[in-house]
Amino acid sequence: MSLKNNLHNLKEKYKGKKMAPAFNAIHTFLYAPNETTHSGSHVRVVDDLKRTMNTVIMALVPVLIFGIFNAGYQHYAAVDAANGVIRQASLFGNFLTWDNFIMGAWTVLPLVIVSYVVGLAVEFLFAVIKGHEVEEGYLVTGMLVPLIVPVDTPLWMLAVAVVFGVVIGKEVFGGTGMNILNPALTIRAFLFFAYPTWMSGDKVWVHQAVERAGGPDAISGETVLGFLAQGKSTEMSYSVADMFFGFIPGSVGETSTILILLGGLFLIYSKIASWRIMVSAVVGALVMGLIFNVVVDAGVITETSKFYELMNFTFWQHLLVGGLAFGIVYMATDPVTGAQTNKGKWYYGFFIGFISVLIRVFNPAYPEGVFLAILLMNVFAPTIDHYVIRGNVNKRLKRAKNATILPSDGQGKSEELKAETV
Amino acid sequence: MALLSKKDANLILDPLADNNPITIQVLGICSALAITAELKASIVMAVSVLFVMGVGNVVISLMRNIIPSKIRIIVQLVVVATLVIIVDQVLKAFAYELSKTLSVFVGLIITNCIIMGRFEAFALANGTWRSFLDGIGNAAGYGVILVIIGFFRELLGSGTLLGYKVLGDPIAKTGLYAIGYENNGFMLLSPMALIVVGLIIWVQRSRNKALIEEN
Repeated sequence: MSLKNNLHNLKEKYKGKKMAPAFNAIHTFLYAPNETTHSGSHVRVVDDLKRTMNTVIMALVPVLIFGIFNAGYQHYAAVDAANGVIRQASLFGNFLTWDNFIMGAWTVLPLVIVSYVVGLAVEFLFAVIKGHEVEEGYLVTGMLVPLIVPVDTPLWMLAVAVVFGVVIGKEVFGGTGMNILNPALTIRAFLFFAYPTWMSGDKVWVHQAVERAGGPDAISGETVLGFLAQGKSTEMSYSVADMFFGFIPGSVGETSTILILLGGLFLIYSKIASWRIMVSAVVGALVMGLIFNVVVDAGVITETSKFYELMNFTFWQHLLVGGLAFGIVYMATDPVTGAQTNKGKWYYGFFIGFISVLIRVFNPAYPEGVFLAILLMNVFAPTIDHYVIRGNVNKRLKRAKNATILPSDGQGKSEELKAETV
Repeated sequence: MALLSKKDANLILDPLADNNPITIQVLGICSALAITAELKASIVMAVSVLFVMGVGNVVISLMRNIIPSKIRIIVQLVVVATLVIIVDQVLKAFAYELSKTLSVFVGLIITNCIIMGRFEAFALANGTWRSFLDGIGNAAGYGVILVIIGFFRELLGSGTLLGYKVLGDPIAKTGLYAIGYENNGFMLLSPMALIVVGLIIWVQRSRNKALIEEN
């Protein structure tokens, strides 16, 4: 008997038992269950929630692999920089090396493992307590979480944050599909507010920088936004190409704009993510960046202002640094927490981009604000949808009121009225 | 209990659990979120409210037959304001540092919904002894939740309890801090207090399903 049939039989045995949801989760993860309809006039598609989630994970894998290499690369680059050697990044020269990969995998994979093990354990626990099936919602969240935290985030902090994010961000609202806030960003926000020293500064973005701090071999790596916020952009050695390809310090998966762009195109092509949100968020970020540039050019903000360099930052380059691209492609497009109406998606996306750049420039403690902007708009998404729908209802009511009833022979009158108003 | 009849005892016991002013009636939340970052402040707040409510309920109950109903809110405010000013002055005299921590929230006891609620709903219609028990009971129910929140917020947020470093010294890296533990700064912010209140409500209602409302 094959494993598949074995599982089908075991399922009958577990039916009604307390462990049934946990067992079913493994069962349906491996095989399609055998009680699905096999014949008859039903629409049969394979893109259920599990496949949807897997598609997003596929779009995330290149970013993860790049993040692993970059974690190693940034470490060695920082060591070089501490010895007075400024590295020029080159993809095959000093980036895709075994040293980088091993160092990166050693730091990044534990984050991935902790994120999945802890998150899925919470999901299984809730499924068993509530007696419903395990939901697949955590598959993507578990992959997003390690990509949006600094490389050296202590694992126990990540575990605490994951428990908090899954329970408070999702399970209390009723589980996958019912959450108001994006769970991955809830986890990120929790880490940011709970352990700010591990989430900002010039020590957290490079592996080992924290433990070496203060010693003779101290290393550091400031993000592009960090340099700008301190008004030290002249000390920065990263070119625009570095920012685009991602050879810069930052959270594990957020640096490589080109891979995120490819992932985004893949998600749009597979119709998993909404292109409306992505496009409008990019537009929103560009508009805000442009406004800042214009304000600086008009001479309102002078070089003495502490916001000068961030506001003077060329507007389209905002998309290349920090977590903006990653947030727009993988977080803002979350179908559960985003706006549902097509028109609403335009507003929702626009404000994400707009507010991200706004917070990034004016946040005194931390020069980034994508996660805050997306969480804020998550909260407002139902309101946006409400007004879009009300607007549509009002428009049609108005049309109904103004509809002219054409004179005709009695009988057809109501039919014509209906045709006018629908 | 010989001292109290069963009916009277319930006046004290009900607000402690199944009719708790914070977790069931969801009153008095503002101060529960604002001053619970330290256990000491929570305890002082709880005791202050206990005093104000116990005495206030007695005073209102004594005057209940002579207060014209049109101005009863003003009369209640005068009574509670008097008591709060006494508490405030006592704190300023004997615990100045603490009164600075509590700042406006002592004054804001006046607007604490629980107090006005009990004056309106109970003291105006019941005898002195029962009003006193009701006041004590509700204040204790409020205080219990405050102390629970204060306990967790101070323990997890600052690693101390009543100022004692129970988890070790975060700067000298002793105790738990030696193995990499760190204080959770989020616990010191008010949003986390709201979440803690939510968790208490969650635990309480899953232990006693009768408390879950229909929606």
